[in-house]
Amino acid sequence: MNNPEILVIDDEQQICRLLAITLESNDYKVHIANSSREGIIAAAQYSPELIILDIGLPDESGHETLTKLRSWFNKPIIVLSVLHDELNIVKALDNGANDYLVKPFRTGELLARMRSALRNTLVNDESSIINCEGLVIDLAGRSVRKDGEYIKLTATEFTLLSVLANNEGKILTHQFLLRHIWGPGYIGQSQYLRVFIAQLRKKIEKDPNQPELLITAFGIGYRFVCNP
Amino acid sequence: MDYFFIRKLSKAKQYLYSILLILIVSSACYLFSEYTGYHTTALLLLVSVSLIAMFFDFSPVIVTAIVSALIWNFFFIPPRFTFHIGKSEDILMFLMYFVVALINAALTINIRQFEKREQVKEEKENVLKLYNTLLNSLSHELRTPISAILGAADNLQTNNDKLTEQNKSDLVAEISLASMRLNRHVENLLNMSRLESGTLQLKRDWCDMTELVYDVVNRINEYETTHNFNIQIPENIPYFYVDIGLLSQVIVNLVHNAIQYCPKGTTITIYATCLIDRLELIVEDEGPGFPEEKIASVFDRFYRINVSRTGGTGLGLSIVKGFVEAHHGTVSLRNKREGGSVFTIDIPAKTSYMNDLKNE
Repeated sequence: MNNPEILVIDDEQQICRLLAITLESNDYKVHIANSSREGIIAAAQYSPELIILDIGLPDESGHETLTKLRSWFNKPIIVLSVLHDELNIVKALDNGANDYLVKPFRTGELLARMRSALRNTLVNDESSIINCEGLVIDLAGRSVRKDGEYIKLTATEFTLLSVLANNEGKILTHQFLLRHIWGPGYIGQSQYLRVFIAQLRKKIEKDPNQPELLITAFGIGYRFVCNP
Repeated sequence: MDYFFIRKLSKAKQYLYSILLILIVSSACYLFSEYTGYHTTALLLLVSVSLIAMFFDFSPVIVTAIVSALIWNFFFIPPRFTFHIGKSEDILMFLMYFVVALINAALTINIRQFEKREQVKEEKENVLKLYNTLLNSLSHELRTPISAILGAADNLQTNNDKLTEQNKSDLVAEISLASMRLNRHVENLLNMSRLESGTLQLKRDWCDMTELVYDVVNRINEYETTHNFNIQIPENIPYFYVDIGLLSQVIVNLVHNAIQYCPKGTTITIYATCLIDRLELIVEDEGPGFPEEKIASVFDRFYRINVSRTGGTGLGLSIVKGFVEAHHGTVSLRNKREGGSVFTIDIPAKTSYMNDLKNE
């Protein structure tokens, strides 16, 4: 995959210029669209590998653009939002965004999110072993090793870890995790998640108070991060 | 000030007191009517209506004017105990009474309008004063990082060949730091306007204090490494049902306040404990502390201990207070005997000992 094409849909010229410089210097090919309408046309025309979509667009809300794009576009979409407004972010994630960033964001962060979003689409063959900084998760064999040693996880802990690890880099919302692991009756019972995330951290993180693998997005959800 | 107290009486109480006054005056007159005659009664009742008009709103005044006119007519003007008026001069008297009472009521409207205008003027002046303080501290606090960014960018652009690699990376680090500072000010301004607009609604969720405090400290440590942190949270602390976003901002602001006023290399300690359905959060530093006489005003908007010194829009601590009070909690400040200040936050909140749950 040389020079993957990226489509940026944002009406702020300065952000567009900055993203163009950053992405081009990281060997991406960049297309820019300044409105929802232009963006949808460009997405059809170039069929990019990834779309960066601003939620605040002049002609219509980015949420609508997202819904329209998602009716046929199945590559990753990363959403940009100005306010750290959990409701908006969760809505975008529910509508099919793969990830989000709040402006102002560091470009390093953006590039990392893009890499993992692109990786997600590349490794879709249910690779049953996930290897990450000394942590080896065998999804088929249902075992976890840390630095070669087997770690004992409860059934729920293992399910939670494997769902997160299988979606490496992708943010999974509280609702999504609760529904998939505990069932629809547990939606809203976020304290269950907190308990199991805390327990998992104690078992797999080097320092549970400075987590590097299981990252919290307060008010939104969790992501499993594996920095290669 | 008593006057304002009276004005603040509810409408219902205003009606009650007005009617009571009229009843007392008319009963007194009724008892002594042999000596006073009914003309004096009219004057006494008019005086009462005028008194009421001085203090109360328009509608109670007009009601008392009408009621007192009717009472006068019914109980005093001969033939008594009828609304019929015998003599033509009494009819004239009654009409005049009515007109004077109405004029009284009309004058109250004028007085109230005047008062309202004065009040609006005073409020406007206060807002203007606050606005000026804000502008002064903001223009300083916003321009400093902007100057740093512009200066560093200019340097990189025009002096590029003279700068060493080290110089360049230092300048870039300055731009980064200044931008973070700008962003923090903007965030505080947005938070202040959320508080001021009165639209703040808590989005409560179960909060793991250990996770939250470490998250705040880790994020601050990414760009400010000048101070040491000591975090003291018991292992078995329950989850608290609070607005995590607001609480996070409270801790960020308290820590930044400590960073700003304490010498480099000192330690900032954060404690969190559960006091039966209440969260106690303490941020302690080893700085100079606060002058005792100024402790009461540090949570006021735009207040800064030493205006000439750099640092702070004066918004940080008032946002702390606002967000804590939105949780019906309290924030207090004291100096330690051995030096340093202690901010204590006390928030009533539902707790959950779910984290004691055994593995499933």
